[in-house]
Amino acid sequence: MKIVLKNLSKIFPSRNKKSNGVVVAVDSLDIEIPDGKLVGLLGPSGCGKSTTLYMISGLQKPTMGQVFFGEHDVTMLEPEHRGVGLVFQNYALYPHLTVKQNIMFPLQNLKGEEKLDKEEMLRRAQEAADLVQIGDLMDRKPSELSGGQQQRVAIARALVKAPRVLLLDEPLSNLDARLRLQTREEIRRIQRETGVTTVFVTHDQEEAMSISDIIVVMKNGVKQQVGEPQKVYDDPANLFVAQFLGTPPINVFDGELSGGWLYIGNERVMDVSPDEPDRPVVVGIRPEGFIPSGNGCFSGDLKNIEVMGRDCSVVFTNEKSQKPSVRAIIDSDAGASLIGMSKVSFDLKRNKVFLFESETGDRIRF
Amino acid sequence: MKKKIDNAQNNVTAADLYDRKTIVKLNRDIGSQNQLKGWIYLAPALLLLLVFSFYPLINTFRMAFLNGYNGLAIVGGESFSVGIENFKTVLAYSDFKQCLLNTILLCVITVPISTILALLIAVALNSIKPLQKVYQTVFFLPYVTNSIAIGMVFNAMFTRVGLGDLVQTQGIINNILGIFGIGPFNFVNVGSSWGANMFVVCTYIVWNAIPFKILVLLGGLQNVNKQYYEAAKIDGTSKVRTFFRITIPLVSPMLAYVIITSFIGGFKEYSSIVGIFGEGMGPGGNGQMNTIVGYVYNMLPKSNLGNASAASLILFGIILIVTAINGYVSKKKVHY
Repeated sequence: MKIVLKNLSKIFPSRNKKSNGVVVAVDSLDIEIPDGKLVGLLGPSGCGKSTTLYMISGLQKPTMGQVFFGEHDVTMLEPEHRGVGLVFQNYALYPHLTVKQNIMFPLQNLKGEEKLDKEEMLRRAQEAADLVQIGDLMDRKPSELSGGQQQRVAIARALVKAPRVLLLDEPLSNLDARLRLQTREEIRRIQRETGVTTVFVTHDQEEAMSISDIIVVMKNGVKQQVGEPQKVYDDPANLFVAQFLGTPPINVFDGELSGGWLYIGNERVMDVSPDEPDRPVVVGIRPEGFIPSGNGCFSGDLKNIEVMGRDCSVVFTNEKSQKPSVRAIIDSDAGASLIGMSKVSFDLKRNKVFLFESETGDRIRF
Repeated sequence: MKKKIDNAQNNVTAADLYDRKTIVKLNRDIGSQNQLKGWIYLAPALLLLLVFSFYPLINTFRMAFLNGYNGLAIVGGESFSVGIENFKTVLAYSDFKQCLLNTILLCVITVPISTILALLIAVALNSIKPLQKVYQTVFFLPYVTNSIAIGMVFNAMFTRVGLGDLVQTQGIINNILGIFGIGPFNFVNVGSSWGANMFVVCTYIVWNAIPFKILVLLGGLQNVNKQYYEAAKIDGTSKVRTFFRITIPLVSPMLAYVIITSFIGGFKEYSSIVGIFGEGMGPGGNGQMNTIVGYVYNMLPKSNLGNASAASLILFGIILIVTAINGYVSKKKVHY
């Protein structure tokens, strides 16, 4: 089921009644989510991604705009008629019901022609439970399960009625690090097996990048960029996206365009189109964009080298860096040769260097 | 594997050096040395409890099982044999049987009605936002009003004095019923029937019992995570099913609490009926609305301490059994 969000906005009244103000949680969102894809809504907390998810589910009504499932306008449709499965951040498993009863709960709501007999319900519940591999825990209460198992039960409950759309609200945030890795593979697998269009919300860029077919980066309720994770990473639309994606984060410098060249400090690091007017810019360089070179175009004072096995990260300072230190990831052999030096210099990989307008943060394509 | 065991035997651990008693002593809180202080602080309250609660409690058992025990015992000079005469006497009285019947009926009728009404009102209150606090206060007012005073007001509301057309005074209830051409009924005055009296008393008790229950249940409802309802909504759960399958189980601890306490309160019903009918506990003091507690109080001026104690113990037994049943049921049905 394709999901289309058209000009979708959600505005809340401000908590402070006297100010008479409003808070724009989601601002004119236009997104098209293709059928059968796994889509990650990504952004820092408070960026409106959960609100967007709740508007897709129908639990919150948009202030403006429309939601389409396929060709169907579902904006005014009650959540129960949308055919969505929703997994809450805290799972919201009914504590007084067993796993089996929890999973069967949505099926027992079916009425009229859709009504199922008991055996059919049990069979489907078992099927859903087997899919998420909790088939042997059916008679336990949620309180007797670990966080990861509860998560699976919640997914099974959302999937059991064969929803057209599966929505996951911060599905991994309540799990410990190891379980998180395992569960995100699991979500990927379940999504592939069922082929259900899935939207999930996360603030963890690594999580979003690793399992999504498409990521939507949001900030302050505004869509920043939509695309395949690798594309967004390689070709960020603005400074925010460039900074939000990638660990370690991108290094940001104050630079200057002058006479068709990019300067960082006094160093002339790269040629740009001569048509670009001279002006100050913001330069982003990915940690993997540095090539150590004896007389490279870009240099700094070496602070230390962190060895991480295959790679090592070179931490150095540059007076034009917006952060106290700059981090470059290079392979260990190259890193070893730098040990003991006080000054390091690099050549830069052109496709790992991004320029942004210093005022707006918009990308400058040079 | 073998090596590990050897190691464990060779290594002397802290556990080998101290025996259990020493460990318990060492682990005792520093604060526990101040236990004496604690006892001293508690002493005034404890003393009062001993004199006015524990002693009378034990003495009630003693008096109940001394045959024919009466006020003369206080003056001295009479001795009593141990036995169950008092219980036999009490149970043989038709008065007492009436009291027992009244008390049990009051409980059986009012507890379910007031609990269900309170639950419905609490759910309604929980679902509104504006004026919630105002309504909450209004519904709570009966709780802070004196029960004798409410009883007198109820009496005034239901009263009707006079014969046939020669009505001297008539309360608001009969006036209202009159508008619809119903009645008039003799609810509470001399010559009124037991059933009519029962109706008035039950109305009173239900009205008076609701506020506290609303308060407790509303507290329970407000603690229920809203996400359960959102999850239910996503799954297309009907309102009725949500209420029975989600709301009730999730507030079941509070429900169990109000049911148990209101059964206990119901069995001790006394002041409400005094408020309506006076100490005669019935229209014209005929005693037809008397309860067990009322019976016990009636016995006291007659110095019939043995019978009063026996009746108290019977009441105690009933409350014990009902509470045990409640506890048993709630263990199966309540989800903590």
